[in-house]
Amino acid sequence: MPFKRYVEIGRVALVNYGKDYGKLVVIVDVLDQNRALVDAPDMVRSQMNFKRLSLTDIKIDINRVPRKKSLIEAMEKADVNNKWENSSWGRKLIVQKRRAALNDFDRFKLMLAKIKKGGLVRQELAKLKKENAA
Amino acid sequence: MAPKQGKPRVSRNPELIRGIGKFSRSKMYHKRGLWAIKAKNGGVFPRHDPKPKAAAPAEKPPKFYPADDVKKPLVNKRKPKPTKLRASITPGTVLIILAGRFKGKRVVFLKQLPSGLLLVSGPFKINGVPLRRVNQTYVIGTSTKVDISGVNVDKFDDKYFAKEVERKKKKGENEFFESEKEEKKSLPQEKKDDQKSVDTPLIKAIEAVPDLKAYLGARFSLRAGMKPHELVF
Repeated sequence: MPFKRYVEIGRVALVNYGKDYGKLVVIVDVLDQNRALVDAPDMVRSQMNFKRLSLTDIKIDINRVPRKKSLIEAMEKADVNNKWENSSWGRKLIVQKRRAALNDFDRFKLMLAKIKKGGLVRQELAKLKKENAA
Repeated sequence: MAPKQGKPRVSRNPELIRGIGKFSRSKMYHKRGLWAIKAKNGGVFPRHDPKPKAAAPAEKPPKFYPADDVKKPLVNKRKPKPTKLRASITPGTVLIILAGRFKGKRVVFLKQLPSGLLLVSGPFKINGVPLRRVNQTYVIGTSTKVDISGVNVDKFDDKYFAKEVERKKKKGENEFFESEKEEKKSLPQEKKDDQKSVDTPLIKAIEAVPDLKAYLGARFSLRAGMKPHELVF
């Protein structure tokens, strides 16, 4: 099976380690086998090891090492943030973050809601079973 | 005792350098006017003889002297600082009790007592925790708050919770052999009334918030995958 995500200029990646953990960055240049120059609207362009990058499906159309302004423009044009937040990976991270921010009372309410949901599902299932049996 | 605030006392003998005054000893004697005092009192300084002490009542020498020196305990002037209340705990905060027979219970914090212990109430009707003192060490403060503006907790202090001293009954001979009949201890009625008077407005406030009553009735426990150091309370 061929690869679907390549290290290339304009590839959007997620930082999975270090102080920029969790940030979406764009590869703007490849320095060598191990490192890339990455940039994002809210960071200073810097080099980063590929081990710290998780490549995403998103790619934007930029030249090598663009100016910040044109980078932001290209990102907006490609709708990177929206695409990310609607991808299952991005949504998962958002949900994880929201779950982690719940306080004790919220977790309790969540548990109650889950119980309620399970009850409804079981009711519907029982109905369907009855119909099929008859 | 604060010293009286006034003009700072200034020497009439300004220092030339440290330790050496401008004026000589005899010059200062004249400047200070000591001669005038002396002249007024017939050539001598006025003296105040110490008052004669009232003669101590004659005490018999004790018959017994301890053979060894008895050490006097050192004077301890240390006054403990008042306990600081954790910032996450304010009146009305829901606390999770971590130790003791009520561990895992979620209770409402009412106020801090002078001893530093926290006054909490279950409320008793909801989760069985009575009006009670807990140390804040054994407690997690959550971000959930209950409105306790209607609750009056002025009458509670540390004395309220003090154990009642049991008076020893003198035992006669026949009572000694009788098997002791323990009287069943029961909570005095006024404590029950106090509990009720605190809990009634409290429960009203709790019931105003949906799910809060069930929340307080449930015990807290860690489930698989819950990392207490990463949880937000």
